[in-house]
Amino acid sequence: MSQTVFAPWNDPDEKPLIRFQNVTKKFGEFVAIDDLSLDIYAQEFFALLGPSGCGKTTMMRMLAGFESPTSGRIELAGQDIAPVPPNKRAVNMMFQSYALFPHLSVWDNIAFGLRRDKMSKDAIEARVAEMLKLTRLEKFARRKPHQISGGQRQRVALARSLAKAPKLLLLDEPLGALDKKLRQDTQFELMDIQESTGTTFVIVTHDQEEAMTVASRVAVMDEGRVIQVATPAEIYEAPNSVYVADFIGDVNIIEARTKAVGEDKYHLDWAEGQAPLTAASAKSFSADQKAHLAIRPEKIRISTERPEDAPNALQGKVLDIAYLGNLSTYHVELPGGQVIKAQTANTRRIARRDITWEDPVWISWSATAGVLLAE
Amino acid sequence: MKRMTWFNVTSLTLGFAFLYLPMIILVIYSFNASKLVTVWAGFSTRWYGELLQNEAFLNAAWVTIKVAVISSSIATVLGTMAAYVLVRGGRFMGRTLFSGMIYAPLVMPEVITGLSLLLLFIGIGLDRGVLTIVLAHTTFSMCYVSVVVSSRLVSFDRSLEEAALDLGSSPWEAFRLVTLPIIAPAVISGWLLAFTLSLDDLVIASFTAGPSATTLPIKIFSAVRLGVSPEINALSTIMIAIVTVGVITASLVSKRSSLRAQEEARAAERPSA
Amino acid sequence: MRRFALIAVPYLWLLALFLVPFLIVFKISLSDTALAIPPYTPTIKDGISALIAELDFENFTFLASDDLYWKAYLSSLRIALISTILTLIVGYPIAYGMARAPEEWRATLMMLVILPFWTSFLIRVYAWMGILSNEGLLNQLLMWTGVVAEPLQILNTNTAVYIGIVYTYLPFMILPIYAALDRLDESLNEAAEDLGCSRMQAFWLVTIPLSRNGIVAGSFLVFIPALGEFVIPSLLGGSGTLMIGKVLWEEFFNNRDWPVASAVAVILLLILIIPIILFQRNQQKQAEAEQ
Repeated sequence: MSQTVFAPWNDPDEKPLIRFQNVTKKFGEFVAIDDLSLDIYAQEFFALLGPSGCGKTTMMRMLAGFESPTSGRIELAGQDIAPVPPNKRAVNMMFQSYALFPHLSVWDNIAFGLRRDKMSKDAIEARVAEMLKLTRLEKFARRKPHQISGGQRQRVALARSLAKAPKLLLLDEPLGALDKKLRQDTQFELMDIQESTGTTFVIVTHDQEEAMTVASRVAVMDEGRVIQVATPAEIYEAPNSVYVADFIGDVNIIEARTKAVGEDKYHLDWAEGQAPLTAASAKSFSADQKAHLAIRPEKIRISTERPEDAPNALQGKVLDIAYLGNLSTYHVELPGGQVIKAQTANTRRIARRDITWEDPVWISWSATAGVLLAE
Repeated sequence: MKRMTWFNVTSLTLGFAFLYLPMIILVIYSFNASKLVTVWAGFSTRWYGELLQNEAFLNAAWVTIKVAVISSSIATVLGTMAAYVLVRGGRFMGRTLFSGMIYAPLVMPEVITGLSLLLLFIGIGLDRGVLTIVLAHTTFSMCYVSVVVSSRLVSFDRSLEEAALDLGSSPWEAFRLVTLPIIAPAVISGWLLAFTLSLDDLVIASFTAGPSATTLPIKIFSAVRLGVSPEINALSTIMIAIVTVGVITASLVSKRSSLRAQEEARAAERPSA
Repeated sequence: MRRFALIAVPYLWLLALFLVPFLIVFKISLSDTALAIPPYTPTIKDGISALIAELDFENFTFLASDDLYWKAYLSSLRIALISTILTLIVGYPIAYGMARAPEEWRATLMMLVILPFWTSFLIRVYAWMGILSNEGLLNQLLMWTGVVAEPLQILNTNTAVYIGIVYTYLPFMILPIYAALDRLDESLNEAAEDLGCSRMQAFWLVTIPLSRNGIVAGSFLVFIPALGEFVIPSLLGGSGTLMIGKVLWEEFFNNRDWPVASAVAVILLLILIIPIILFQRNQQKQAEAEQ
């Protein structure tokens, strides 16, 4: 419910909590961050998503204060943070390795930052108890980090970085060390905690599924630049580039040349001797411009008979079937050799599936199923 | 991302200056023409010449090398056996005593080791000479060898030996054909360590050497007790030079072989074209 | 059969050349001095019963009554302790600097620390004689810069002994501390800073506690051999430098009092047992922590 209401980035009066202004960071000759500008708003759960080496960790370390930008300006709540050392920033970080102090108990780890603030003993005790409760670690307070499980360690790291009630919490691949099942549970836990504390979270991850699950907005990064910043749904349904479409989820890319036929409607010449495809696009393309049609596999229907009503229908041969339980993905080879993936939900039991290897099949999709991209 | 501050650079610079300056000064003054070791009177190799004329030193050097080669070789065999027994021997009577006797000499003050061995040799009426020094050096250096070798054996994958046995080798063949080649680097460094310890030893040798056999450290010690002498500077320089060349060669060789191993591993990973 | 030989050979060697000699020392420490060869009584030739009957703790009561000996033990302990602390103060920053040095330098720095290990101990001590003497380089430098007018007496004092011990045992301190610091995850320091520590606080609260095992191991590796040290006090120390290794040597070679020398050795060993056990425990704890 809050997802639909909460959209400060659309409100021109809202001031961002964090503002990157033309930030560049170089390590010697290597440009890690390339003239990057980005706004993050209070109470957002913001994900920096990209392959390793794309600069996402450098951005996070600049926010925490372990790196400073070569040029440009980073503001936190309107203040330039360049002169503020890491220990004086109202920013806390949850490290990828968790960085739990091995010589201190869980309790002392969580109290570590509070003690630096010269809080009273009672206040520290109350705050640690609160954090232990929030992360369900009450029973493990006296244990050392090596005496608890990986999932518990992850929660200690979270509790420790949240204890000081920072304006901004940075999470560096927070779930990378957990196995898949635990990771999924923890993602929802993170969202709950983020919502209940109202803290702004910035998470760095290379796992697109994780970013899509937890984040209010996702910034897809590549080679030190932000390619697209948008909500998960927008990123998935309306990627602004082939890179984003390809990075998030599974996609079929068909290269073609455009020909306008009516308003926002294009014919695509994609292969010799084949009927043109039809696609709708709000972005305009000039005549005979090179373009890419990106279609998600689940938007492609597969059938044994030619569907009557489909604006795009192609015949092919089933090359491979990946059975995933709830879904099946069919790899269909077109006469030109191109392979298109189509996905269907397995609502029927496997024994009754009517399409199998080598079967001639039809794949079809509507004019609005795909996104037409220039690059 | 590590931070190298001025403090780190300073402490490294000062630290290594402290470690190396005294030896560098010693080397420089070995080329001093003056008999007075603290006054520089120009470059000369005179003391090296005199050293080569000094028969007492040459004899002592010969005894030292002989003792070191023999004792370190025996110590390597015994130490490797002891390491094998400690790591692979399983349970046997008096195992605790055995491992105690391996580790105790490492922390035993040299004066006590020397004294006790001397009292033994006198007790059994063994004349002091090369033999007694060799026995003494073998005993304490075999413990060092066994520590070096056993640390390698501990990290050694036992299934390799089991595979050899499974493929039909006898335990001795398995040791000779599989274990030994793999622990060879540790055995060699054990030998080098034993050799250096023997070359270096003054205290134990002083107790166990007789008038018939004097080692170089004993000779040097009695000379320097009287003060600094240019001949000793020259001798020290030669010894430092040998060690430096040896250590640098050894580290270059091991570096090159590890580089080669890396390259081979990389080549093996590449799909064959 | 082979297994038996494998165990028996090193076992018997150590029994004969380590344990038996030590028992002999123990036995002689209970004997009386005699003007004979060997210079003590009783000997095995006197028969077992006479041997046991005549053994007593006379030498030990002598050691306790003559203040030269217990002063020497105390002084050895003090010198070993002070030198250990000094070595730690000198060695820690070096180990720290090495752990912070760029990856590609580390192997070379390691080799530079180990290299002195392989050069003669005696020569390394000797090198300081020329530097510390009254006409030595250090005094020449001090006088040339005008720090002192008269040469300082450094050689043949306890100061020279401290310098000698710090110098020769420095690698023993650096290596275990470096090993501990090298294993230390840099993100722990960053986490401490992130939670509000200054760099100095992070060093005291994180780096020092986490390199504790290395500090303890290094300190024992210096303290234990320093306690029985002979070469350094006899070359660099003066007549006022009392160290038990030197006393033992002189008792044996100069006074030819074997029973007293043996008693001195036995007590030195008893003193050493405590730090050795503590050291063992530290190593065990570390090994367990690594698993």
